Amino acid sequence: MIVYGFINSVILALMALGFSLTFGISRVANFAHGGFYILGGILTWFFLMKVGLSYPIAAISAVLIVGIIGALMYRVLLIRLRGLELSEVITTFAVGIVILELLRSIGFMGFDYRIPIFIDGSIEIFGQYVGLQRVIIVIAGGFLLIALYLFVHYTKIGLAFRGVAQEDHTALSVGINPDKISLLSLFAGSVICALAAILILPLGSISIDEGYDVLIKALAVCIIGGLESSLGVIVASFIIGYIEVVTAMYISSSLTMVTTLGAMLLILLIKPSGIFGKSKDIEERV
Amino acid sequence: MMTTAQRKERIDRPIKAVTDDIFCVSSFREISYLIFPRVIPIIGLVLISIFVPLYWKKVMIITFMMAIMALSWDFLASCGLVSLGHALFFALGAYSSGALNHYFGFPVYLSIPLGTLSGAFLSTICLYPALRLRGIYFSMVTLITPLMLLRVVEATKIMGGTEGITALSPLPALPYTTTLAMLALWVAFFGLRRFINSDYGLIFNALKDNDRAVEASGLNIVWFKVQAVFIGSGIAAFCGAFMAHYYMSVGMSAFALDLSVFPIASSIVGGVGTLAGPLLGTLILSPLSEALRAFGTFRIVIYAALLGTFIAVLPEGLFHYLARKYHQIERWVEVSVGISGD
Repeated sequence: MIVYGFINSVILALMALGFSLTFGISRVANFAHGGFYILGGILTWFFLMKVGLSYPIAAISAVLIVGIIGALMYRVLLIRLRGLELSEVITTFAVGIVILELLRSIGFMGFDYRIPIFIDGSIEIFGQYVGLQRVIIVIAGGFLLIALYLFVHYTKIGLAFRGVAQEDHTALSVGINPDKISLLSLFAGSVICALAAILILPLGSISIDEGYDVLIKALAVCIIGGLESSLGVIVASFIIGYIEVVTAMYISSSLTMVTTLGAMLLILLIKPSGIFGKSKDIEERV
Repeated sequence: MMTTAQRKERIDRPIKAVTDDIFCVSSFREISYLIFPRVIPIIGLVLISIFVPLYWKKVMIITFMMAIMALSWDFLASCGLVSLGHALFFALGAYSSGALNHYFGFPVYLSIPLGTLSGAFLSTICLYPALRLRGIYFSMVTLITPLMLLRVVEATKIMGGTEGITALSPLPALPYTTTLAMLALWVAFFGLRRFINSDYGLIFNALKDNDRAVEASGLNIVWFKVQAVFIGSGIAAFCGAFMAHYYMSVGMSAFALDLSVFPIASSIVGGVGTLAGPLLGTLILSPLSEALRAFGTFRIVIYAALLGTFIAVLPEGLFHYLARKYHQIERWVEVSVGISGD
């Protein structure tokens, strides 16, 4: 249980990371997240099975395409609406629905659409047999987190990201173009989202409805953890991850959504900005 | 460094300026300028709903209900509460009136009003924790609540689970139902308009523009938001209750995403914040979506694409655009640009 809870938590964190990154930097709540996730999976499947590229090339091209779509969404649609937060939300929501429902109506349904797992086999951890794919997810997730930390703390673009996240007018006055950084942040968020899809989706088959699930889970994690805090995302995914596993084990696996919803509403009642949220303008009452 | 460029100038039509004050009643031309845009939709809808063929009469009922949903969305949006999950209100209304009718045997004329009230009450309870959030944070919660409640119904098998509740009492014969739906639409439309323009309604508008100022005036904003959500969700819950009896069944499709997307799409296409805009939007989108029924789930792609296009290209919406064309003349004028020599 401990092992599976851990893996489940890392999966949740991976799902939420792209969303939280984009939101933290550019303040764009990317509701097309679920759409990008499924699109990443389906593109990988397409390149792998239909075009016949090798696994790494298929994965990289899928990730890049999703990233470019994210950036294009910013450049074409969102840039006209900067500052009108609700219009941004509605736009990204619409883009997500267009992606998911378009894929659905083209007919990507059923069990045929699955990405093969990287390495078959399982190893024993604490007396539990765990599939190697899950181990890879955990390792890759940890690696991604560390890489992201190093990136935003020790590279120029990363520092610019943080600058814009903190105060975009000041960033502008020292020569950082907030529009460019927001564009890059949408690119980065979409890339991470597609990476997560490629890591996680081999565990099952690709289904369109999972796109909505991913969005729900990413939002729940971000709301519980506090929207712009990376630490919050990790902590919240561990909370929800273990809640889900415990519910599935002791009550019923179909009730995991119920307990997650309950946990989220409870956190909102107690601390509306989330566990690690510092932002005052989320709450109306300080 | 003087160059000339062209700028669009907008001037009120003379008749608009005249009709702005009380003397407008002095000529028929001015009276009709004021009355036509207000009366034509009402008479037009009555005529249409009498004379169209049977199939389109049923479409009209759905259109009226969707228009009420859009009005409710627009009302909540003008209180600063942008909902991305209007299906929640619809479903709670539909399920509560269905349950009242099926399990407790209430007749239709009781189960719809009671279902509306209890739907509004349950929706308010569901969203209460989120009411201390503002802006997009509230929207996020409204987006995920119906999707999660859907899973709850699916998993716990309450309210008939995946099959839903069937064999509800039917509504009266079609002409009465159409009339009822149209009456409900006008009651919701004029009621909301009157409410928003009243002194009390101004507070709700102020919640959107500056909630801190409302709070500083000694008003409890959470309490006002509770009232706003209760009114808005009650209106949408009525649609749910009505449609449940119209279809004589209620199922998990009441949580469907199109019910959340449709009110947003018609409000954005029509113009947010006017109440007349969402109405116009629905009258365009709903028959369109009937005509596109053959496409199945692809319809939602079309809504969403329209939504994205309108918000990026014509963010004011059709209603504002048409109203501007009606009231103002536009012309291009030469203006000088740059630093003048003096």
